[in-house]
Amino acid sequence: MNATLAEDSGLVASTNRKSGAGADRAFQLVTAAAAWFVLLLLGATALSMAWGGRLAFKTFGWHFVTGKDWDAVNNVFGALVPIYGTLVTSAIALIIAVPVSIGIALFLTDIAPRWSRAPIAVAIELLAAIPSIIYGMWGLFIFAPFMAANVEPWLSDHLGSKAIIGPLFSGPPIGIGMLTAGIVLGIMVIPFIATVAREVFSAVPPPLKESAVALGSTRWEILSRVTLPYTRSAIIGAVFLGLGRALGETMAVTFVLGNAHDLSASLLMPSNSIAAAIANEFTEADTELYRSSLIALGFLLFVVTFIVLTIAKLMLLRINRQYGRTH
Amino acid sequence: MNKMFLALPALALLAACNSKAGNESSNAESGVQVTGAGSTFVYPVLSAWAADHKNQGGAAINYQSIGSGGGIAQVKAGTVDFGATDQPLASDDLAQNNLAQFPVVVGGIVPVVNIPGIEAGKLKLTGPLLADIYQGKIKNWNDPAIVKINPGLNLPNVAISTVHRSDGSGTTFNFTHYLSQVSPTWKSGPGEGKTVAWTGGVGGKGNEGVAGYVKQLPNSLGYVEYAYVVQNKMSYALLQNAAGNFVAPSADSFAAAAATADWKNAKDFNLVMTNAAGANAYPIAASTFILLPKQPKDRARSSAAIAFFKYALEHGQDQAKKLDYVPLPDPLVQQIESYIGANIK
Repeated sequence: MNATLAEDSGLVASTNRKSGAGADRAFQLVTAAAAWFVLLLLGATALSMAWGGRLAFKTFGWHFVTGKDWDAVNNVFGALVPIYGTLVTSAIALIIAVPVSIGIALFLTDIAPRWSRAPIAVAIELLAAIPSIIYGMWGLFIFAPFMAANVEPWLSDHLGSKAIIGPLFSGPPIGIGMLTAGIVLGIMVIPFIATVAREVFSAVPPPLKESAVALGSTRWEILSRVTLPYTRSAIIGAVFLGLGRALGETMAVTFVLGNAHDLSASLLMPSNSIAAAIANEFTEADTELYRSSLIALGFLLFVVTFIVLTIAKLMLLRINRQYGRTH
Repeated sequence: MNKMFLALPALALLAACNSKAGNESSNAESGVQVTGAGSTFVYPVLSAWAADHKNQGGAAINYQSIGSGGGIAQVKAGTVDFGATDQPLASDDLAQNNLAQFPVVVGGIVPVVNIPGIEAGKLKLTGPLLADIYQGKIKNWNDPAIVKINPGLNLPNVAISTVHRSDGSGTTFNFTHYLSQVSPTWKSGPGEGKTVAWTGGVGGKGNEGVAGYVKQLPNSLGYVEYAYVVQNKMSYALLQNAAGNFVAPSADSFAAAAATADWKNAKDFNLVMTNAAGANAYPIAASTFILLPKQPKDRARSSAAIAFFKYALEHGQDQAKKLDYVPLPDPLVQQIESYIGANIK
């Protein structure tokens, strides 16, 4: 899609060269400056975080990433627990949010009665406007007790003794931990993914779907063979918008994740995330190494996000090669 | 949380009184803006004092409760007129930065529990027991070591969920300082600090975070400032003091700890009151310390700050009591005033 867009704009530029060449050139410069500025800003942020965290990286080396001890008294810092907690909670969030969001988007574009589409769409967009601290408080006061009383005992009774997944669901049901945080995060990212997915789905040219209907396709076949293949790169973009939000979410996670620097296989146990650790500890980080370690943690969030995004792009490339380009 | 609400009217008063300053004797101080930063623990009482002080013609006090670490950093950098910290600085650190230090108010840190069926003040705990529970050595409420000192109580056979502070805090410093004094394994293990490496458990942000988790999680154990116990009607445990008595947290037991602490021999008041010796002394009493530069850049603002703390020490006691803090004993106040006179030019 990007390539065709670029060609289009090149075409437009060449036809207008005589009339508004100066204005066009200025416009090009301004847009280019805006785009490059973002890149510059990103680079500068990453660099200054790396610079701020250099003491931590120099002191601990690779152990800063692989170490699981976080001990301010003895000045030993390892980021494994927050990295693990961030990745696990975000993964749970996506596992919940992606199917639900795509379902919402599909319902709104194809299935829902026409009059109900706009109100539901607006309601979903408004969900995205709820401050994250509200989700956090709801999570702590209402959802966590519910998880502790109803969901987690069931999970540890029925799944806790199973062979492979057992360790994931063992431990006391306290309601605060990675599973609860992941579910709350999932609810928080649904509006982001659903809104973009709805826009993309409604951009699928009607003739494509109509031909599928004419060939006798069911709704499911239209979704899986026409809509999703046609929109997959935009949908993956939407998923990554949600993932970015989940990786960096701070307040809501702080409330329900437990803020404990403990490495545990069980999803029912408390853990920590990078953003929550920084928010909790930055104000009272009074040694040079402690502060540097927290900034280094921020840098690692950059790196983690970058790696995850790269993997996604590579996946997208592979899918495109498999299917061949459809547009 | 209630403390915050109490502080709000005080702030409003501060703002309202900006215009009618200087109706009495201390005209020289009015119009001066004193800024301070630090401990969140002392914020409610400090802002109440500031409002009263301003009402009586004193200087306006602008205090930012950004945390002890931030307060120390800012007063060292000279960006504020005074700092407030829950963890006293050592004398050489003070000398290096040319700072004077003295306590202004006393409070206490209280173990709170949420065990269904057990009321406030019924459960007895000792310091070593607390250390073992927080280290994960004692896992269940009906552990023989707990049952032994609580013969009449029906303790359930369930796991203890420990709750600690997730942010660095003076509360944690005083709590772990106490545990280090009474438990050798704690001292050689997690040690003392504003944040330590906890074994298991859940971390809550701020006193309100810990209080919230303890109320949410059945069979949990946490530690919070005394005011949160009173305002949230939490179920506190009795704690055994150095003299062997089990004492409840109260203004009297904190005052007993402050009175028996050896302030006379503490250079620059560098003293943490945990594990005080008195028969009725509460074992985890804590105080907040004010840091003032010895040679201030702005003399007018510094003397206004000193006047404010003199006012607070001499006349702020009732206000402190109302907000569930404990005033300093009289001999200590006299010692502080002569210290200020001798140290700040």
